[in-house]
Amino acid sequence: MEAVYDWFRVFYQDTGINLTFIYDSYDRNRLIDGFFMTIWLSVICLVLSMVIGVVGAWAQGARSIILRRVVAGYIEFFRNTPPLVQLYFFYFAIGSILPTTENRFGFEEPILGNFAWAVISLSFFAGAFNVEIFRSGVEAVPESTKEAAEALGYTRLQTYLYIVLPLAFRVCLPALNNNLVNLVKTTTLAYAIAVPEMLYMANQIWSDSVNVPEMMTFLLIAYVFLVGVLVWFMNRWERSMRLPGFG
Amino acid sequence: MDMFGKKPVLHGATDLPVLLPAAARLSATAKKERAAGFPLPHLKARHGFWLLAILLLSAGIAEAQSGTPEKQSAFAALINWAPVMLEGFVFNIAISFLAMAIGTGIGAVLGLMQISLLPPVRGGSWFVTQFFRNAPWLVLLFFCMFLLPFEFNLGPVTIPFPDWVKATIGLALPVMANVSEIVRGAVKSLPSGQWEAAESLAFTRRQTLWEIILPQCVKRMLPPWMNLYAILTMATVLASIVGVSEMMTQTGRALAAENRPELLIPFYSFVLICFFAYCYPIAVATRRLERRYQVKL
Repeated sequence: MEAVYDWFRVFYQDTGINLTFIYDSYDRNRLIDGFFMTIWLSVICLVLSMVIGVVGAWAQGARSIILRRVVAGYIEFFRNTPPLVQLYFFYFAIGSILPTTENRFGFEEPILGNFAWAVISLSFFAGAFNVEIFRSGVEAVPESTKEAAEALGYTRLQTYLYIVLPLAFRVCLPALNNNLVNLVKTTTLAYAIAVPEMLYMANQIWSDSVNVPEMMTFLLIAYVFLVGVLVWFMNRWERSMRLPGFG
Repeated sequence: MDMFGKKPVLHGATDLPVLLPAAARLSATAKKERAAGFPLPHLKARHGFWLLAILLLSAGIAEAQSGTPEKQSAFAALINWAPVMLEGFVFNIAISFLAMAIGTGIGAVLGLMQISLLPPVRGGSWFVTQFFRNAPWLVLLFFCMFLLPFEFNLGPVTIPFPDWVKATIGLALPVMANVSEIVRGAVKSLPSGQWEAAESLAFTRRQTLWEIILPQCVKRMLPPWMNLYAILTMATVLASIVGVSEMMTQTGRALAAENRPELLIPFYSFVLICFFAYCYPIAVATRRLERRYQVKL
């Protein structure tokens, strides 16, 4: 590896293209940490937003009109306001009224840090889309299938868990994948509240080594690559999950 | 008179039990919409009422928190700063219009290139589209902010490139890629019989595209295009991260000038409500159009 690093050092001296994140171990580790932070953030938000989506879709089919109205309001609100402002609202506005705790150095510290708020905000944002996606999937399950489940003695919850969800999941997989890709792209917003993900780390590196064009180009390629791999993998998964003759 | 000796409730001149009021109302709406050419947003007073209620509530929370009476109330502070923030909001809308216009123009050409018969043109435009579609908006914005020059020298003429122009270009790039996909998707969604019928009538490829395919596509492209516009409008706040003085930046400045933490909630709520009030009608209209243009199977 040392030879590769040295080659990039020489490459910088010869061409002026300064790829510090390859040959400098400090910058390299920062960028790798940022990359894993982006993935970690995406995975947590993905799981939480799926939970929100399933619960929300279930609540939308409930009998209580208040519950349905609340879910509809939540969806409309989060879909029609900028995610960045939502993030600021959660982090600065709501974060400011929460109680603070004392950390081990004796400083006052908010109970939820910037990472937690980014997770909450992005999950709610992606979850609002997931509710609609799951609902459309649930609606696509034929009534007769549900009636058959009822005839077999399934309760409403059991029908939902064992019959409706597995079928609905296949119907909404393409839309879900779309939303997942959007979520990965939206994690860059966490930069605004200083969550150390890839964009933030790249920013730190270009502030230190003044190699903005190199870092920007790398970032673009890295994100396009990340999303491209994701899309490719998801398309394969979609094909393997397809039920012949359904959806 | 029916057999119970009661007169049935009827409307108008007919003695048939028809639902005239609803029919009359629906036809009036349909007439209005036909005249306008697009479905009208059905905003009711309660929508405004809810927004106002949220605003008052958030101002009220701030009021309760502040406690000290000698300071200006949170609501008064909001009224005070609203013109500055709304000025920023108008700037957001202006950026969104401009970016949408640029993005749609280039994106339409790129989309048509994607259905070209020449493999290199098709492949190249496909690559450009996928590249800009998969890149996060914020990264593209950074890219344009840092790597575009602040002015262009064309011989004697110098074209200045202020920050907001660079931000507009940065936002126009993903719009371009998405419009390109919308165009390609709409053309692909038409049944191939349209192409074959046109060919059998001796239309050239160009004539088929311009006179038969594209006019039908406009209808299909409109809902996703409107959706994209709403997304773009919400993305214009990203420009605040790179220092364009739009609504979010102005709000930040107002908050910094006041330096009162209890104002955070009402001010940010105000920003959220402004965007909601602008984007929600678009979303509703998009859904109506989608339902209207839905192909019935």
